[in-house]
Amino acid sequence: MNQPRTTASESARSPDRRTPAVRHSLLPLAVRHVLLPPLVRRTLAPAPVRHALLRWFVLALAVAGWQLVARAHGSVYFPPSAEIARHARDLWFSGPVRHLFLTEDAVADILPSLGRMAAGFGIAAVVGIALGIAVGRSRRVYALCNPVLQFARAVPPPALVPVFVVLLDFGTPMQIASIVFSAVWPVLINTAEGARDTDPLRLEVAAVLRLTPTERLRFLILPSALPRIFAGLRLSLSLSLILMVFSELLPGTANGIGFTLTDAQSRSDLLTVWAALALLGTLGYLLNTGLLAVEKRLVGRGRTTTA
Amino acid sequence: MLRLDAVGRHYGDHQVLHDITLTVPDGQLLCVVGPSGCGKSTLLRTIAGLLPAYDGTITLDGTPVHGVPDNLAVVFQDYARSLYPWLTVRENVALPLRRRGLPRAERRAEADRILARVGLTDTARRHPWQLSGGMQQRVAIARALVCRPSLLLMDEPFGSLDAQTREDLEDLLLEVHRTDGATIVFVTHDIDESVYLGDRVVVLSPGPGAKVVLDLPVELPGTRDQITTRGLAEFVALRSEVGRAVRNR
Repeated sequence: MNQPRTTASESARSPDRRTPAVRHSLLPLAVRHVLLPPLVRRTLAPAPVRHALLRWFVLALAVAGWQLVARAHGSVYFPPSAEIARHARDLWFSGPVRHLFLTEDAVADILPSLGRMAAGFGIAAVVGIALGIAVGRSRRVYALCNPVLQFARAVPPPALVPVFVVLLDFGTPMQIASIVFSAVWPVLINTAEGARDTDPLRLEVAAVLRLTPTERLRFLILPSALPRIFAGLRLSLSLSLILMVFSELLPGTANGIGFTLTDAQSRSDLLTVWAALALLGTLGYLLNTGLLAVEKRLVGRGRTTTA
Repeated sequence: MLRLDAVGRHYGDHQVLHDITLTVPDGQLLCVVGPSGCGKSTLLRTIAGLLPAYDGTITLDGTPVHGVPDNLAVVFQDYARSLYPWLTVRENVALPLRRRGLPRAERRAEADRILARVGLTDTARRHPWQLSGGMQQRVAIARALVCRPSLLLMDEPFGSLDAQTREDLEDLLLEVHRTDGATIVFVTHDIDESVYLGDRVVVLSPGPGAKVVLDLPVELPGTRDQITTRGLAEFVALRSEVGRAVRNR
C-alpha cells in the first residue's frame, strides 16, 4: 500500500522541467560537447553555479547573436541588443540612488502599470480561489457552473476589453476590470478542480475527527488544492501581464508601459519600442520567478499534485 | 455499549449487509473477520456514521447513531492517505484536540505524550511521508487515541504492513487496550490476527447480504505474546474453528 505515496511523489517530481538532467539534454549536442566544456566544466564551479550558468547560456547566446546580426546589418528597425539595453537604462534605470536608480519616466510609467497589474491579479486571485472552493466543494454547483466557466474561459480575454470600455469608460477602473475578468478564470477553474479532487478518505478522516467547516477548509481542502491553485495562479499571472499591456494600448491612457509603446510607435521611436518589449519580458520573467518561489515555499515536498 | 439491531445496507437491489445483530459490551476487543469484499469495511463505516442511511438501528451508549458520534475514533488501512501529508506528525496528532478548545501548548504536550506512548519519539517535527509504513500507522493510532475515544474502530489497520511490523503493532494495540480499556471493533481478513487480538471473534458470511455466521468468545490463558500464544493448543483450535467458518466448511 505504498503505492499512493510513491506515485504522488513521482508526479510531484516529474512536472519539474528545471531539473539539470532534463535541461542538459535539451541543449543541442554541439553546444553540449563543444561549447559547454570550456565554459562550464573546467571552471570546477559548485553545482548551483554550474546550473545557473547553464540556464543563462542559451539566452546569452541569443542576445549575442542578435547583437552581431543587427550590427552587421545596421537596420534602423532592428537595433543591436547593447543599444536597446543602453536605451532602457537611460530611460528608466539611470535615476538617483535614493530612488533606487529609477528615473522619473520609470516612476511615471512602470509603477502605474505594475500597480494596475497587482490590483487586477490580486482581486482575481482572491475572488478566483474563494469562488473556486465554493464551486468545487459542491458536486451540484460544479455541474451547474462548469459549462459557464468553460465558456468564460474560452472567450479570448482581450475581446472583453471593449465591453469594459463601454461600461467604465477609459481609465484605471476599466483596465483593472479587464485584468480581473481575464485572470480570474484559470485560478477559479483550477481551484474548483483541486477542491473537487480532495481525497475521499481524507474527507472521511475529517468527518471522523469532527473538524469544523473552517478547520476542514484550512487543514484539508486548501492544502490539498494548493498545487492546482498555483497552476491556475501562474496562468492568471501571465494573463494579467498581457491584459495590463493591452488595456494600456487603448486611447485615453496617459501612462504605463503599454502607453510608452504606442507613444513611441507614433513617434517612430523603435528603440523605445524594443526597450519596452525587453522590459516586459524581464518583468514577466521576474514575476513568474517570484510566484514560483512562493509556491516552492508553500507547496513543500510530500504534497500530492494529483489528489 | 455498542448495539447493532438488524442492521442492513443495500444499494438499490444490491444487498451488502443483511440483518446483523451484535452487542459489544464496554471494553471488549471484538474482531470482525470475513472473506474479501463481504462488507466488513461497509459495516465499520456504518457504525462510524460515515454512511448515514441504513436499515435497523445502531445505538452507542443508548443514543442512536446518525452521523459521526462523539468519543469515536477510526484507524484506516491506508495510512499514507489517512494522514495529512502537509502537516507534521505532531500537527496530525494534535488536530483532533482543537475541538476541545485546549491552548496550543497543551495540545502540543498532549500530542507528544501520546506519540511517546505509541513508541514514537523524535518524530514530532517530521512529516508522515518521511516515516516508514509502520511508523505512519503508529501516528494514525496516536491520532485516534489522543481524544481518549470510548469506541475505537479499526479497518484492517495492519493489512499492508510486513509481518514483523504487524506483530509489533498488534502487541501495541493489546497493550493500549489493557491500559485504556476502550471498546475496540477490529476488522480484518486475517484469521490468525483475529484470534490473537480478539476477546471475541465474529465471522461474516461472504457477500452479498453478509450476515453473522459465527460468534465466538476467545479465552486464552495468560498475557498474550506472539510466540507462546500462537503455539497454544487453544489458539490452534480456535483458529481452525474461525477458519472453517470463514471458508464455510
